[in-house]
Amino acid sequence: MAIQILMPALSPTMEEGTLAKWLVKEGDTVSSGDILAEIETDKATMEFEAVDEGVIGQLVVPEGTEGVKVNAVIAVLLEDGEDASAAETVAAPVAEEAPTPVAAVAAAPVAVVIPAEDDLPEGTTFKSMTVREALREAMSEEMRANDNVFLMGEEVAEYQGAYKISQGMLDEFGARRVIDTPITEHGFTGLAVGAAFAGLNPIVEFMTFNFALQAMDHIVNSAAKTLYMSGGQMNCPIVFRGANGAAARVAAQHSHDFSAWYAQVPGLKVLSPYSAADAKGLLKSAIRDQNPVVFLENEIMYGRSFDVPEIEDYTVPIGKAKIWREGTDVTIVSFSIGMQYALEAADKLAEEGISAEVIDLRTLRPMDTETIINSVKKTNRCVTVEEGFPVASIGNHISAVLMEQAFDYLDAPVINCTGKDVPMPYAANLEKLALITTDEVVAAVKSVTYR
Amino acid sequence: MAAKKPNVSKEDLLDHYREMLMIRRFEEKAGQLYGMGLIGGFCHLYIGQEAVVVGLEANTKEGDQRITSYRDHGHMLACGMDPKGVMAELTGRKDGYSGGKGGSMHMFSKEKNFYGGNGIVAAQVPIGAGLAFANKYRGNDNVSFAYFGDGASNQGQVYETFNMASLWDLPVVFVIENNHYAMGTSQERSSSTPAIHTRGEAFGIPGEEVDGMDVLAVKAAGAKATAHCRAGKGPYILEMNTYRYRGHSMSDPAKYRTREEVQKVKEERDPIDHVREMLLAGGHADEDALKAIDKAIKAVVSEAAQFATDSPEPDASELWTDVYV
Repeated sequence: MAIQILMPALSPTMEEGTLAKWLVKEGDTVSSGDILAEIETDKATMEFEAVDEGVIGQLVVPEGTEGVKVNAVIAVLLEDGEDASAAETVAAPVAEEAPTPVAAVAAAPVAVVIPAEDDLPEGTTFKSMTVREALREAMSEEMRANDNVFLMGEEVAEYQGAYKISQGMLDEFGARRVIDTPITEHGFTGLAVGAAFAGLNPIVEFMTFNFALQAMDHIVNSAAKTLYMSGGQMNCPIVFRGANGAAARVAAQHSHDFSAWYAQVPGLKVLSPYSAADAKGLLKSAIRDQNPVVFLENEIMYGRSFDVPEIEDYTVPIGKAKIWREGTDVTIVSFSIGMQYALEAADKLAEEGISAEVIDLRTLRPMDTETIINSVKKTNRCVTVEEGFPVASIGNHISAVLMEQAFDYLDAPVINCTGKDVPMPYAANLEKLALITTDEVVAAVKSVTYR
Repeated sequence: MAAKKPNVSKEDLLDHYREMLMIRRFEEKAGQLYGMGLIGGFCHLYIGQEAVVVGLEANTKEGDQRITSYRDHGHMLACGMDPKGVMAELTGRKDGYSGGKGGSMHMFSKEKNFYGGNGIVAAQVPIGAGLAFANKYRGNDNVSFAYFGDGASNQGQVYETFNMASLWDLPVVFVIENNHYAMGTSQERSSSTPAIHTRGEAFGIPGEEVDGMDVLAVKAAGAKATAHCRAGKGPYILEMNTYRYRGHSMSDPAKYRTREEVQKVKEERDPIDHVREMLLAGGHADEDALKAIDKAIKAVVSEAAQFATDSPEPDASELWTDVYV
C-alpha cells in the first residue's frame, strides 16, 4: 500500500509553507531519518525527514512551490515490492489565494464605508507586505538612519530571529548592532535600560512577552519611572518588542496577553498594531520616541499581508486610533488580532443590516479615547474586543471612560468581549473556547442593539 | 587584605579627608532633619562607609559613570553633586535634584553621570553594565562603577550581569560594599559562601577583597580595576570590607547586632580617624588646621540644610510633569 507523504506543520502557527527543495528524486530508496526535502516555514527553513522506508514513487509537489497547505500530499512512497503503477497519481494541490483581511465589499443591506487613509499624499501607491516584513523594514530603516539604534535579544542575530523578524539584519548591520543575548531576560533588559539612560536607542526583542515577566522590574521600575523620579533629567529611549498573546496550541505559559498590564503603567507608551502598515509606521515612531515604548506584536499576525504605503520614511503617530470602517449602529473597539474578529463581525452584521463602526486603537497608552467617544456619540453603543483576560481589561477601562464621559450618549451597557478567565488550555477544542470568537462579537453587538 | 600603602601627597590626603568628612557631616545632618520631620519616608545613611566611594572616585575621569543602591547620598557628594540640591531633595522640595519627586533613593545627575539612586535591590547592577555597554558601543575608554551591597549580591540578576559583562568584555567595575548586613540579616545568615569577590570566578571575572575602611587601599585597588577596564580587558570585582554605623534605615530596631560590635569598629577602624591620624602623624596638618576643615564643612552642610528647609515644595502642577518626555 503506497504511503502518502504530507506537508508537515513545522511550527505552532504554520498553516502553509514553501517546498523549497527536494533532496530525493523519484525512484530513490529512502529509509527512516533520511532528509527528504527542505521546507520553508513562517519561521525558518527546515529539513524534513522520512518516517517510513520505501521508494519514492512520485514527487507530487514540485520544488519551489509556495503556499503548500499543511497536510497536503507532497509525495508518494512505495513500499517493498510495489511499483509506481500501484499508486494512483495524485494531483498537485493548487495554492489558495490568501484571504484579504478586510472584505472589500459585503453584499448586504448595509454599505461598507471604509474611510480614506488620512494624511497620505494623493497618488500614494501601496505594496503588499507581511507584518513580519513591515517590522523588519521599520527596524532596518531606523538603524540605517541612526547609529545609536541597535537590536538586542535572544536569537536575533545568527539564528535570524526566532520568528524571522530580524532575518538578514546581522548581515547588514553586523554583530555590534544586532546582538544575540544569553537567555537572561532580567539581565539583558536591565542592561539595555542602562544603555538607553546613557543615550543609546536599544530595541529589545523578547522572543515572546511571556518571558518578559522575568524582566518586568526593569520595564516598570527602571524604564518607566526614572524620568519622573529624576525630575525630568533621565529619559529612557528604548523599545521593548515581541510577540504577545496567544499563538496556537502553546498552552498557558506561552499565551498570555499582557496589554492591560503594561497599559496600566504611567511612563510607558504601549502600542499594539494590527496591520502591517501600522506595524511599520508605529515601530518607526516608537524607535524615535524618547520614552520607553512597549510594542506588543502577535505571532499569528506575523505572516498576514496588508497594503503598506510606499512612502519614504512612513511613520504613524503614537496615540491615534484608526477608524477601519464607518458605521452608524454600534462602535466596535479593538486592537491587534482582536481586529480580525471585529472586522469579521462587522461583515456578518452588515449582512443582517447592522452597521458597525470599527476602531483600531493601535496605541493602548496614551489611549485615543476622543475617537472612541466621538464614535459612540454617533452610534450610542459600544462593544470592545480583545484576547486578554476579562478582569481589569482594556475593555473595562474603555467602559469606564464611556460611563464617565459619554454616559448620556449610551443607549445600552458597554459589553467587553475578552478571552475567558482561565489559563490557556492546550487541547485544540478548549483553546478555541478560551479565545474570543467572531460569533461572540456578533452576539454582543446584537445584545447592545437589542436585535 | 590591605595592599601595601601607596605614597600619597599631602594634598590628596587632605582632599580625601575633606570628602569623607563632608559625607559624614552631611549624613549626620540628614539624620537630624529626619528626626525633625523634615525628611520623610526611607532614608539610608552612609556613615561608616565613606572611604569606599571617596577612594574609588579618586580614579575616575570625565565621562565615567556611577550608579548605586538606595544608600546613595555619599556617592552623590563624592562625584561632585551639590549638597544643597541633594539635601533639598531629601526634604522633598522644588530645588532638589529631582524637583522633590524622587527623594532619598531616587536622585540623578546627568551632568555628573550619576545614574541613581535605585530603590530595587540589585537593579543597578545590570543597568550599570548597560552604561558600560554604551561606552564600548561608542568606542571610548570610559568606565562604569556599579555599586551594590552584600545583600544585593544574592540577587539572580547580578549573576546574569556577570555573565554578559564578561562575555562582552564590558568596562564595568562591580563594587560590592560589604557592610555585613543586608538590612537586618547578617552575611553569615544570608550567604552560603562569605567571599563575595570570588563569585565572579565562574564567569572569568577577577575579583579581590579590599579594606573598605582604608581610603588609600580602596584607591589603589580602584586604580588597578579601572586600568583593567580601560584597557578593554572586561569587568572587575572589588569587594569592599566595610561597615555601616547607623541602622539600615531610620527605623532600625538594632536588634541584630550588639552595641559593642558597632563601637569596636568605630574605635578601631573608622575611615576618617584613620586619615586624620595619618595627617597628624605625617605632619601634614595640625589640630587647628583639621578643626578649620571641620568648621568649613559644617558651614557647607548647615547652608545646605537651610537651603533645603527654605526651598518651597514643588508646585502642584508638577504632579503631572515628567511622566513623558
